Amino acid sequence: MYYAILCYHSEQVVCSWSQEEDDAVLGRLAVVHEQLARDGRLGPVVRLLPTTSATTLRKDSDPPLVLDGPFAETKEQLLGFYVVDCDDLDGALTVARDLARANPGGAYEIRPISIFRPGAVAP
Amino acid sequence: MTRPDPVESALTAARPKAIAALLRHFRDLDLAEEAFQEACLRALKTWPEKGAPRDPTAWLIFVGRNVAVDALRRSRRLASLPDEDQLSDLDDAEAAVVRQIDEADYRDDILRLLFVCCHPDLPAEHQVALALRVVSGLSVRQIARAFLVGESAMEQRITRAKGRIARSGVAFEAPSAIERTERLAAVAAMLYLLYNEGYTTAAEPEGRVLAEEAIRLIRLLIRLFPSEPEIMGLAAVMMLGHARAAARADADGRPIPLDAQDRSRWNRSLIAEGLALLDKALRHRRPGPYQIQAAIAALHARAPSVEATDWAEIELLYGALERFEPSPVVRLNRAVAVARCRGPAAALELIAPLESELGGYFYFHGTRGTFLMELGRSAEAQTAFGRAIALARNANEAAHIRSKLDQLMAEAAHPEK
Repeated sequence: MYYAILCYHSEQVVCSWSQEEDDAVLGRLAVVHEQLARDGRLGPVVRLLPTTSATTLRKDSDPPLVLDGPFAETKEQLLGFYVVDCDDLDGALTVARDLARANPGGAYEIRPISIFRPGAVAP
Repeated sequence: MTRPDPVESALTAARPKAIAALLRHFRDLDLAEEAFQEACLRALKTWPEKGAPRDPTAWLIFVGRNVAVDALRRSRRLASLPDEDQLSDLDDAEAAVVRQIDEADYRDDILRLLFVCCHPDLPAEHQVALALRVVSGLSVRQIARAFLVGESAMEQRITRAKGRIARSGVAFEAPSAIERTERLAAVAAMLYLLYNEGYTTAAEPEGRVLAEEAIRLIRLLIRLFPSEPEIMGLAAVMMLGHARAAARADADGRPIPLDAQDRSRWNRSLIAEGLALLDKALRHRRPGPYQIQAAIAALHARAPSVEATDWAEIELLYGALERFEPSPVVRLNRAVAVARCRGPAAALELIAPLESELGGYFYFHGTRGTFLMELGRSAEAQTAFGRAIALARNANEAAHIRSKLDQLMAEAAHPEK
């Protein structure tokens, strides 16, 4: 079963990390990623640019309305996501716990995936 | 190991909003800072034990306010507020504060706080120093290093700036739409200065701190004012410029000119963010000087090399910038683009009338010397470089010109090359 692990954290906290601190977090995450990749369970890994770069298309009006900024103003923001292949929720939670040890703070939302087409975009 | 400390980063992230709200409450910069400081001390004591609150900013504002009010009352021998144990247990109270303070309040609070630092009576450098101290929470020592002055001189400068502000009073009523636009423009100019201060000293770690702080604050402004194209443009200018920081100086801190930089060392993620913001800004079709500068920086960021850069477009953009802000320095920059796409003779002609205005400017003579050198007018080039060295503000600038002189000498010795 494919699961999405959606990463939420306070963007202002993450943006206040120094380059060294950010590198350190990414370095620890890379260790977890490598293990998952070796097990053949790691799908796309995505880090989003800050919400300040977001644009929202409201399609509940015709024509749709284009607005600057993220869809939802929340205390913690969607900063990235993973797709992982796990047997069950327990397996996905184990992955999330490993990631959490490498990058504490904020929350991971684990959502089973209904349709997954990997596509063909080269990173 | 540089692991981000969760409490420290939460306090840093919360600072601008919390100080801004406390300033509105107390209408006094010193009192707001003290209240925040006190709240941070309590946070450092209780958060590691009890866990950070759900909304750290609201907690800090609430505790800071109570602690300071309590201190004021104690000093007046009035009844005191509940003690700290009760204060720390804030779940209900915190929720109420969260409801009270929404983004709209923060918006004018933070704008006011930044605007207070831009007091027109304060010299530009003092405005920036004050913002770094009060809004960003940098230590006096860090700021002093970044400005290459002694710690006590910087302490004095900040104290005086605060005194100046306290005497002139701060406008606390909600700003009108026009006032808000004016404040935003003044704050943007101050943040640009802060960034530039960091850019010129970016070889030093302290310079990097300034540029990063400018970027952090401009991101904060975009969150509060998401549809201002010039603010997005300025953010893009900062990000596209700072993306080159690692490639801009060699190991000894000597500057590396654009044409000699290793572009693989440019920060691609910061470039992507800058380009995204410029893209968003241009959609509004309300051009302005920051957006034009960002568009110029974007052409450099997208080009694989100096030769493959779209210099004709850059020349046009500098022309557009001149129409917004006529200035000899912009003309000089345009001339650099002209030299690339139409040759040094056209460039030299363009800057000839600037001699009287820019005669005391290092960069003018250095650029003019380069054009002359490219035209093979060696004797004139040598004179121009000589004047540039005499006007250099630091050893690195002088060294850069000396390397041009060496090149000139080498060419004179081997004219066939």
